[in-house]
Amino acid sequence: MKLRRLARRELLAALCFLAPSLFGFSVFYLIPFGQSVLTSFQDRIGGSFTLVNYEELLLSSSFQKAASNTFWFTAISVPILVAVSLLLALLLNQRVFIRNWLRTAYVLPLVVPVASIVLVWQILFDWNGALNAVLQHFGFDRQDWMKSEWAGFVIVLVYVWKNIGYNVILFLAGLQNIPDQYYEIADLEGAGPVRKLFGITLTYLTPTTFLVVLMSVLNSFKVFRETYLVAGAYPYDRIYMMQHYMNNMFLSLDIQKVSSAAVLMALCIMALVFVLFRTERIFRSYME
Amino acid sequence: MKQWVTPLLRSLLLIAIAVLLLMPVVLNVVSSFMTEREILANYGMLGKTDTSVFVNLKWIPDWVSFQQYDKVLIATPKFLYLFWNSVWLVAPIIIGQAVVATLAAFAFGKLRFPGRNGLFFLYLMTMLMPFQVTLVPNYLMVDRLGLLNHSGSIILPGVFAAFGVFLLRQFMLHIHSAYIEAAKMDGAGYLRIFVSVALPMVKPGIAALIVLLFVDYWNMVEQPLIFLQDAAMQPLSVFLSRIQEETLGVSFAVSVVYMTPMVLLFLSAERYFIEGIQLSGVKG
Repeated sequence: MKLRRLARRELLAALCFLAPSLFGFSVFYLIPFGQSVLTSFQDRIGGSFTLVNYEELLLSSSFQKAASNTFWFTAISVPILVAVSLLLALLLNQRVFIRNWLRTAYVLPLVVPVASIVLVWQILFDWNGALNAVLQHFGFDRQDWMKSEWAGFVIVLVYVWKNIGYNVILFLAGLQNIPDQYYEIADLEGAGPVRKLFGITLTYLTPTTFLVVLMSVLNSFKVFRETYLVAGAYPYDRIYMMQHYMNNMFLSLDIQKVSSAAVLMALCIMALVFVLFRTERIFRSYME
Repeated sequence: MKQWVTPLLRSLLLIAIAVLLLMPVVLNVVSSFMTEREILANYGMLGKTDTSVFVNLKWIPDWVSFQQYDKVLIATPKFLYLFWNSVWLVAPIIIGQAVVATLAAFAFGKLRFPGRNGLFFLYLMTMLMPFQVTLVPNYLMVDRLGLLNHSGSIILPGVFAAFGVFLLRQFMLHIHSAYIEAAKMDGAGYLRIFVSVALPMVKPGIAALIVLLFVDYWNMVEQPLIFLQDAAMQPLSVFLSRIQEETLGVSFAVSVVYMTPMVLLFLSAERYFIEGIQLSGVKG
């Protein structure tokens, strides 16, 4: 009896502490998202249940373009970023002079506002830019970097530049969590450096790697900022991303389409998170 | 002798990479001390397709000058005005989210109630959603409340975003329950426990949250683009994307002015920033 009263008191207290957050979270996220799920299934005129919005969305060429560009960008840039930052973290985790200074330098691009650095990207990749000047100097043809197939390459570069520090921090934390004894035992058993790298370091770094991959994927959706700031609302086809599509749908007030696109994207993210966590769990049970 | 050769080589390689990564920032800062005329001579041909003149990438100004800063900070009020726009959008979000999230995180991390895990899962899922998804519900509600083209359209969704709740809950979980139990034994109510036990112990978490939120929102582009049609209300970040010929001459100084608060905050609170990233593993 007394226990139940205590539990009720705790529930009441929890509600009080939660109230402001829960209110705002419901008003701005939960309820309207539920609503956009409904909207996405509604007929434009009558409001009856229909799949027409999804059909139109999936058939629209600009959606297809945006979705496939976003997919390919993520599929290409994330492995590159993860590999480069892992390599950097491995180097940084050994005996190195001025390690803290170096780490600060790697993280700094993360805190420099995208808008502040956009001019530099333009100086480098413009038609009259520094990169083309170098190319011409050595007798190569110049490229229109932002308005050709190369645009994707430029965006990958900018994405890696910005996010490398974030992943290095995560990897370094993961590396420092591997107990030194493992290496000492391996030394006693006469394991070489390669064996140690694969047998210990990379194996025990796997949970961290899952996290890094997840974060890199989520951050890859933010690259819109760079593309927008460098190339404007209608960039070259190759770098027309989901966010460009959504923005244009917002501007034309096509709520049905925007809703169905959001629902589809949410489903993709949930599927991705689910798969990542599942594989991690399987991997963990395999390790034990 | 041989003991320090490998570390030295390794360090040199890492320093070279660091220099490469910092170059864009350095170029920006260096160029902000050039005169407008020099900037236009070096970079005036940007964005033009017909010329065969290339930019002149220069690392040392002909003449070190504060002309750009003078124009940006003193002579033309426009830039400071846009800077304040940024401040007035970001400061309320940070303060608001820190308060709201600390309260909620205490409930999620230290109190037991039915449905706690299910509810937290909703927060977590929302946090993982990219802008492209969350902007839609935000827009629907903001539109209904008549807040479009009003700073509230950006501030309110920011205050109630799920990230702060998630991060501070991580810090709350690290508080040992024995402290809470001991306070309960002494007859402290939940409010008292929150104020005197939990709050002092999650201070580093709040510091980390403030730094991470500042980095995230100072950088925002997506929300103002959709929610604020009025150019005079846009933060400096959106303005910088529309650099035109007449402002090119001072744009480096504007960029530096815009990045300075963030860089300074990062350098002075790097410990919290790193700790926040390690504990959250989310958001950047």
